[in-house]
Amino acid sequence: MSAKLILSMDGLVLKEIPLTKERTTIGRKPHNDIQIDNLAISGEHSVIVTILNDSFLEDLNSTNGTYVNGQPIKKHFLQNNDVVELGKYKLKYINETPTQTTAADFEKTMVLRPDLMKKTAEQTAAKSAAMSDTQIGMKALDTHAGMAPQPAAAAPAPATPPPAQPTGAIQILVGANAGKELELTKNLTTLGKPGVQVAVITRRPHGYFITHVEGANFPVVNGTTLDAHPRELKDHDVIELAGVKMEFFLKG
Amino acid sequence: MDLSQSLQMASRSDAGMVRSHNEDAVFFNAGLGMAILADGMGGYNAGEVASGMATALLGSEIEKAFQKMEPYRPDAAGKLHSHAVLESEISRANTAIYQAAQSQPQYAGMGTTLVVALFYDNMMTVAHIGDSRLYRLRGGEFQAITRDHSLLQEQIDSGMITAEEARHSQNKNLVTRALGVDPTVEPEIRDYDTMPGDIYLLCSDGLNDMVEDEEIALTLQALSANLELAATQLIQTANDSGGRDNVSVVLVRIAREYPAARSWWARLLQWFK
Repeated sequence: MSAKLILSMDGLVLKEIPLTKERTTIGRKPHNDIQIDNLAISGEHSVIVTILNDSFLEDLNSTNGTYVNGQPIKKHFLQNNDVVELGKYKLKYINETPTQTTAADFEKTMVLRPDLMKKTAEQTAAKSAAMSDTQIGMKALDTHAGMAPQPAAAAPAPATPPPAQPTGAIQILVGANAGKELELTKNLTTLGKPGVQVAVITRRPHGYFITHVEGANFPVVNGTTLDAHPRELKDHDVIELAGVKMEFFLKG
Repeated sequence: MDLSQSLQMASRSDAGMVRSHNEDAVFFNAGLGMAILADGMGGYNAGEVASGMATALLGSEIEKAFQKMEPYRPDAAGKLHSHAVLESEISRANTAIYQAAQSQPQYAGMGTTLVVALFYDNMMTVAHIGDSRLYRLRGGEFQAITRDHSLLQEQIDSGMITAEEARHSQNKNLVTRALGVDPTVEPEIRDYDTMPGDIYLLCSDGLNDMVEDEEIALTLQALSANLELAATQLIQTANDSGGRDNVSVVLVRIAREYPAARSWWARLLQWFK
């Protein structure tokens, strides 16, 4: 599932080139990996360096320049569907691997050795079982391959945005500040007097929770004193904290 | 000397919402002024073995070494004892993990990241390997103290990609150094001054990949009076945002100064505190 380039001119697809080597050179001269025999192309025009899943395009001081999505570039980190232009020729970069491996695999930490970067291509080709220092590199690649068939099962809802949740707010009920309102738009809101009594209201995907933070006295909700555990807040719950009475409510 | 009056510590470690195993390991001892966090890697349960070996070995061996000589004393060559101990004990832990990986087929290829923070004499010595981090909250400023040993960080440093591009990179998970994967390893060891009120956070990438720095800073600021709750809240925030990886944190709060007791009267004073 390596990345590839699709070479075209005037909308006509000429060739598909898989990016399997660490360095893929592009130019007019025959020793290039991708030879484009056209006078607008320099002898050594540009190079693509591929490290595992990522490819970087670099212009080799070509006469007519290298363009990506219409912009001249010197160095560029290629993204799926980028269009590289050299003279009249276009190279479309296709790399669909990320979206498939990301969910299940992006956080799996792996070790990369300096020597691996030089040898990746050879190692991939020759899946030797040698117990040498190439082991980790092979493991890494095997893990990717092994994970591929099961992302649907392994990856649960990838961080679904929390469902539209009504915003909570509190209103002071008594005293000089009676009637004052505070919207709970942050994930964490602390209430009370530092050093005396503090509680925190946390906003979570499934609701609002109040937890005691500091002080000898614990907050009271609807007449019941809390313990050290968080308590979910319901619409119109009454909270007493550091001598202040307030009401929690959900805004439509 | 017992630092538990000057340092508060709290820790949480969780498998997250996706993984069945927790390959992270944590160890802390406020009295000794020591916090260790390791994020293991390798097939089956090998990651847990590597990170567990790292925290257990370093925790006990560093304690033993500091009983023989205090960390702030320089050795004959002028090197702080803390540095000498970190170098030798990390090297020994590396050898132990490496040999286990070589001799037992089920542990082949295992390794672990590491971040160790040692507190003594109003300062902190940090050793790290890989992409587990140490952050500092001082005043309102929250910043990473360690720089990841990762491909991504090297790409950013060399100007190949920008920080913005890095956010979309697929190489987030490639570390360039790890404990136990080679016969030798080079930890990065640095010293920092500490100040009363500072909060230090050791964390595995399961936290900083899932939760923005700003959100972490806000949590630490809001809940600085209750470290246990702050630690729980950080884990919960990572899990509420998807919890795709194991997530672990160790929090250290500097409650007051802790100068080393160098002379007999300083020791006496310490004793009366």
